[in-house]
Amino acid sequence: MMGVVRILLARLAQAGFVAVLVGTVGFALMHSLPGDPAFRIAAERYGPDMVDAAAAEAVRAELGLDGPVLPRLLRWLGRVITLNLGHSLVSGAPVLPELLDHLAHTAMLAAMALALALPLGLPLGVLAGLRPGGAVDRVVLLGAVLLRAVPPYALGLALMVVFALHLGWLPPAGFESPAAILLPALTLALGVAALGGRVARDAVMAVEASPFLRFARWKGLSEAAVVRRHGLRNASIPVVAVLGLQFAALLEGAVVVESLFSWPGLGHALVHAIFARDVPMVQGAALALGLGFVLLNALADALAALLDPRRARGTL
Amino acid sequence: MSGARGLGAALLLLLGGLALLGPSLLPDPALQDLRSALQPPGTTWWLGTDHLGRSVLARAAHALRFSLTLAATAVGIAVLLGTGLGLLAASLGGLADRALAALGDATLALPGLLLVMVVVAFAPGEILPLSGGVALAQWVHFFRVARAEARRVLALPHAEAARVLGFGPDYVLRRLVLPELRPILLTLVGFGLGTAVLQVAALSFVGVGVRPPTPELGSMTTELLPYLPEAPVQALVPAVLVAMLVLGFQLLSADEGQKP
Repeated sequence: MMGVVRILLARLAQAGFVAVLVGTVGFALMHSLPGDPAFRIAAERYGPDMVDAAAAEAVRAELGLDGPVLPRLLRWLGRVITLNLGHSLVSGAPVLPELLDHLAHTAMLAAMALALALPLGLPLGVLAGLRPGGAVDRVVLLGAVLLRAVPPYALGLALMVVFALHLGWLPPAGFESPAAILLPALTLALGVAALGGRVARDAVMAVEASPFLRFARWKGLSEAAVVRRHGLRNASIPVVAVLGLQFAALLEGAVVVESLFSWPGLGHALVHAIFARDVPMVQGAALALGLGFVLLNALADALAALLDPRRARGTL
Repeated sequence: MSGARGLGAALLLLLGGLALLGPSLLPDPALQDLRSALQPPGTTWWLGTDHLGRSVLARAAHALRFSLTLAATAVGIAVLLGTGLGLLAASLGGLADRALAALGDATLALPGLLLVMVVVAFAPGEILPLSGGVALAQWVHFFRVARAEARRVLALPHAEAARVLGFGPDYVLRRLVLPELRPILLTLVGFGLGTAVLQVAALSFVGVGVRPPTPELGSMTTELLPYLPEAPVQALVPAVLVAMLVLGFQLLSADEGQKP
């Protein structure tokens, strides 16, 4: 049990890192903008016509925007950690509800991508690993190497040209129809599957060559029992262990793919906010993506501990 | 498997040659000729022209030079910073070591591209935050490898003997640790360059990397998106170049033990 607690504490610390890092950048961004931050925040709250020195002064006093830098930064971070993320500098709307809407879209896209990537990457990886050097292995290796080199936006563009422009099967972009999620999700899924399939191949190859599997066969277990009781679980440990890398690929891909397909998720919001220099939105979107990354990694840790009890006991 | 490495080297030589020689041999990448806009690839325009009648080949050559320079600068900074701090952490040990390791963990808390974007937010469209962001996202990989390898070598008998004999830390690091570190670092540099090229192209594609009229492989595709049905080749060529560049770096630095 101690092992699990320690792992989860490390993830909690990582979440803290993300909040402090993103919050500090947000603070610095706010102060790198020309003009007085108090005036800007007052303008976004009350509308640009209603701002005068008194309103700015009230905001300054309320948010503690004057005084030495360090206490100011600490107060700013305190608000970030309590998810008091302020109002958008562009629309004036509170950041948090908008963020939750984007988060829902990104979570939907990521879940769909994973749902497509798993049945695509794992079986191919397993087949390749069972016969290293065989035809399947060569084709999968080639595909994985190419997929890792092609930038995600080009992959999405190619899929868009084929399935939306030429065949006309799927809508090219947007989010109105349920089918619109398929192209962006497939783009993300291909990248994730390439990575996951590669790991699955190596894991299966290692297990297939292991003495314990030879022994299981030699003592007379049926092939199905060998695979079920000794093969799958051992092969899945390294696959789960590198899930973090795949989540990183997923989130990085989401930023680009959402922009390409006009999918209203966090990545799209982040790009737009950077473009419009909407600091509270940049901070919020980066924070949500970063915390989502930590959460996914924590889930992967829990899964790894479930699969390999030695890890949970802390004996590994 | 030297075939893969050879292919990678050939790809990089080809693209590097285009980046090196292209800009002086080809026409001005900003030269517009609106009467010959969106020409398909042919004998006059080898890769066609874009919506402003600019030569896609000339722009691609400049964009390749830009990408390679930026990636090399960013990864160069990351190698120097990461290796330097890694060696420092390993030889100092104690509190400094733990503080530097925590700094590395903090950098890894965000996925790489997200970290670059957060830095780019300070001045979108400018080169300094872009290269700085890429370097910031990569230094930690060099740091971790350098620190682990230096710790291993410093604990070996011959390194300990050298220290007992009175050789300074500078000598020990330079003569005993660095030679063992170099091949690992070279592999990492190859992958790092590929990642940097991909990140810069991706950010320019979504519009927060480099701004037009600077030719850049990602933004060249974006500029031609509205003309995708008429000019698919011109829009996809820059993306194919990115893929070839990244493939070249990955093949060249591929771990030979990983191949079947």
